[in-house]
Amino acid sequence: MFEKADQVFLLLRDWLVGFLPPGWRSAAGVVLGVIGIIAVFPGLFAITTVLERKGLGRMQNRLGPNRVGPFGILQPIADAIKSLTKEDIVPLNADAVVHFLAPVFLVVVVFMGFAVLPVGRNMVLVNMDSGLLFYFAMGASTEVSIFMAGWSSRNKYSLLGAMRAVAQMISYEVPLLLSSVVIVMMTGSLSLVKIVEAQNQYSWGLPHWYIFTPWGCAAFVMYAVAATAETNRSPFDLPEGESELVAGYFTEYSGFKFALFFLGEYLAMLSISGLGTTLFLGGWSAPLAVLNWVPSWIWFFSKVMLSISVLIWVRGTLPRLRQDQLMNFAWKFVLPMTLLNLMVAALWRFMGDGWARWVICSAILLLVYVGAGRVGMRREHFGPRTYRYAE
Amino acid sequence: MLGEGILKGLTETARNFAGSFVSAERLTTVQYPEQRIPTAENARVFPFLVYDGTDWEAGMRCVACQICEKECPPKCIYIEKSKDKKPDFVGKMQIYPAKFDIDVSVCMSCQICVEVCPFEAIKMDTEFELSTTDRFGGLLYDRKQLSRSNEYYHKIHPTEAAEVDARLAEEKAKAEAKVKAAAEAAAAKAAAGLSVSAKSTAVSAASPAAPVANPAEAAPAPKPDGGGE
Repeated sequence: MFEKADQVFLLLRDWLVGFLPPGWRSAAGVVLGVIGIIAVFPGLFAITTVLERKGLGRMQNRLGPNRVGPFGILQPIADAIKSLTKEDIVPLNADAVVHFLAPVFLVVVVFMGFAVLPVGRNMVLVNMDSGLLFYFAMGASTEVSIFMAGWSSRNKYSLLGAMRAVAQMISYEVPLLLSSVVIVMMTGSLSLVKIVEAQNQYSWGLPHWYIFTPWGCAAFVMYAVAATAETNRSPFDLPEGESELVAGYFTEYSGFKFALFFLGEYLAMLSISGLGTTLFLGGWSAPLAVLNWVPSWIWFFSKVMLSISVLIWVRGTLPRLRQDQLMNFAWKFVLPMTLLNLMVAALWRFMGDGWARWVICSAILLLVYVGAGRVGMRREHFGPRTYRYAE
Repeated sequence: MLGEGILKGLTETARNFAGSFVSAERLTTVQYPEQRIPTAENARVFPFLVYDGTDWEAGMRCVACQICEKECPPKCIYIEKSKDKKPDFVGKMQIYPAKFDIDVSVCMSCQICVEVCPFEAIKMDTEFELSTTDRFGGLLYDRKQLSRSNEYYHKIHPTEAAEVDARLAEEKAKAEAKVKAAAEAAAAKAAAGLSVSAKSTAVSAASPAAPVANPAEAAPAPKPDGGGE
């Protein structure tokens, strides 16, 4: 019974595919999987927008949208209708082809990332041996589409936003990758399915998730910071800082192309939360051994939505960084910490079982974190301002 | 330690989030069309014309002196004087505005018309939902649309209205007192004229040797100014 609930989507797929001639079945299965991904994640995107707007509202002592439908839950439908019926404007001097391709490319690339994410037991579209590598390759391609958008718009705000976005995303790509490398080192595989399976063990009813180890916890924090920056979320939303750049690289987009950018951004958020869940939070595995009867996909999606809520919470709390703060933080703090974390993970691996490695690894990480925070991130005290007047 | 401030901020927003479900202090939004905050007593939006009693036309305080029309900075008031007269609150005959139009779209809510009005006839309203689908006729208010009762004025600006009423009552009392005093003076003078003439006759009767005073001087006729204005 529980087994069936766990595999309900696979059974449904097999049942549907069974109506086709045998030669077509594997291809049809893949198509159904793709349809599933394309249906589920934009659905989650719609839920996320409502959650975000209502959650942010509550954090700012107001109600958020509450007019469309009961408690405003139909707001995304109204938004979709609005963006579909709006006029699609392409600037006269813009490169029309690239201008059109940029949002499409973004959404396509982000959707590709979902192909390797295991959303439940046996529920992965492509069980690739180098799934993590594929995921990061796809994630890095979003920068291309952002630069396409910024460049083709022929607008200074767009271009500045795109430059900022590319600088930021390349800077944070490095810690993002390096914090994930720890997991690959410990699991010995780039396959996301194998990474989840390695975490799907329990001792005394508690799971072996990587976040519950010193190096995993440190890597998770670094991953969270880098992922927030990768998805251009507040407090790293410089590329689209409204107060400085109107809307950054999608200033010149309107109507459904704008909606596609919005969709791409939120899908990237969902997918990077999904990857974080897979790498550190045990993917689809239950948080307690006694809860194993709950279908695995429920665990995966609840963990993803939890991560999204944390991202929303952070957005409601922190102000936007300055460009130099952003870069300093990436190169002077996050990158050294991830490199150190690699060594700590190696130390952990070669110290063997026992309590000693817990103490030593935690101590090293904590000390360096505090020290680097004190010294590296020390606030520079500038002297009194002097002004030079133009002659 | 690095990140302490972030945690502090996260706690604050979490408290806001959770608190917004339980405490009104953390959720200050008022659902406007359904719920309303009462407007402040000194709020001012757009002028209206005050009338006493129940009939807006009979009780209108405005005497069409046109001071407000002249003082209005954006010139949004248009007044036409009447040909006939009607009694004002004291009972005196006054002309009244045959036409009194204010253009909502031009008015800038400066309250200068209120300040210059010597008759307490124009006051500021607190009604702010003045939007209309007709931008020409719908935004030009005539004297009927502009008139509001004194009770309404008391409702929206109680303190100010009480002051105005006291002032008007004083004025009315003064006017009545003046009328009364004039009437009394007339009566007194009439009486005094009688007594003086009586006295003089008595005196002349008592001492016929004394030169008789000029009768015109001794018994003046009632002066023409005694009969009121």
